[in-house]
Amino acid sequence: MQQIPEIFPLILFYGWSGLLIAAAVGVITARNPVHSVLLLVLCFVISAAIWLLLRAEFLAVALVLVYVGAVMVLLLFVVMMLDINVERMREGLTRYAPLGVLVGLLLAAQLSSVWWLRRSGLEIAAPADSLAFEEGNTQALGTLLYTEHLYAFEIAGYILLLAIIGAITLTLRRRKGLRVQQVSEQVAVRPESRVRLVKMKTERDE
Amino acid sequence: MIGLAHLLTLSTILFAIAVCGIFINRRSVILLLMCVELLLLAVNFNFIAFAYFLGDLAGQVFVFFILTVAAAEAAIGLAILVVLFRNRLSVNVEEFSLLKG
Repeated sequence: MQQIPEIFPLILFYGWSGLLIAAAVGVITARNPVHSVLLLVLCFVISAAIWLLLRAEFLAVALVLVYVGAVMVLLLFVVMMLDINVERMREGLTRYAPLGVLVGLLLAAQLSSVWWLRRSGLEIAAPADSLAFEEGNTQALGTLLYTEHLYAFEIAGYILLLAIIGAITLTLRRRKGLRVQQVSEQVAVRPESRVRLVKMKTERDE
Repeated sequence: MIGLAHLLTLSTILFAIAVCGIFINRRSVILLLMCVELLLLAVNFNFIAFAYFLGDLAGQVFVFFILTVAAAEAAIGLAILVVLFRNRLSVNVEEFSLLKG
C-alpha cells in the first residue's frame, strides 16, 4: 500500500476549514432564511468531513444522517412553511452589526488566550494511532455506550420521547366545525329519538 | 499533521461567528435557533478534538449525547415557533412582549 504523505490531511483540513468558516459567515449574513438553512447544511457536511479526519467515523455519519437528514430538513420545512417578511427582519442589521462583531472578537480573544497561555503546560502531540481500534470506531463507541454510559443512554432516549410528545402536544389543534364521528352518542341513541309513530285516522278518497 | 491548536482555533472562530450571528439576527427566532445549532457544533468540535488527542473515547460519547439533546431542542423549538407564528403571524422577537404588562 502506498504511504499517504503527512501533508495530505493538513491540506484537506485547511481547505475544509476555510469552506466551513465561509459557510458559517454566510449563515449569519444571508438575506434569505432559506439560503441560511442551506448554508447551515453545508456547515454540517463539512464538519462531518473534518470529524472523519479525527477518527470520529460514527459521529460523522450520525451528523449527516440525523442532523442534515432530519433536523435541518425540519428547519427548512418550517422556514418554507412560515411566510416571513424578510425585509422587516433586516431593519436592525446595520445598527447592531458593529456590536455583534465586537462581542465576537472579544469572545475569540478570550477563548484563544486561554489555550495560548496553557499551551506550554499542555504538551499534546498528535498520537498517530490514537482511537485506532481493532474493531472499529462504531463498535468501540457502542461498547462504551451500552456498558459505562447505559443510564445516560436511556435518559437520552427519554429526552427524545419527551421531545416527540412535546412537539405533538404543542402543535395539535382542534378545528371548530369539523365533522367527526362520535361513537358514544351513536351507541347510546334510543329508537324513540329517531322514529316517531303517529296515529291518525285513515283517509279515503271518495 | 493536524495539531490540537488548529482544531481549537477553528472551533473558536466558529463559536465567535455564531455569537456574532445572535447579535446580528436578534429579530428572527429562526435565525437565532440556527445560531444555537452553530454554537453546539463548535462545542462538539472541541470534544472531538480532545477525544482524538487524548486518546479517550469519552469525548465522542459526550458529542453523541449533545447531538441527541440538540435534536430534541430543535424539535421543541420549532414546535413553539410554529405555534407562535400561528397566534401572532410573525417570528419577530420584538413582537413577543405579551408579558410586559
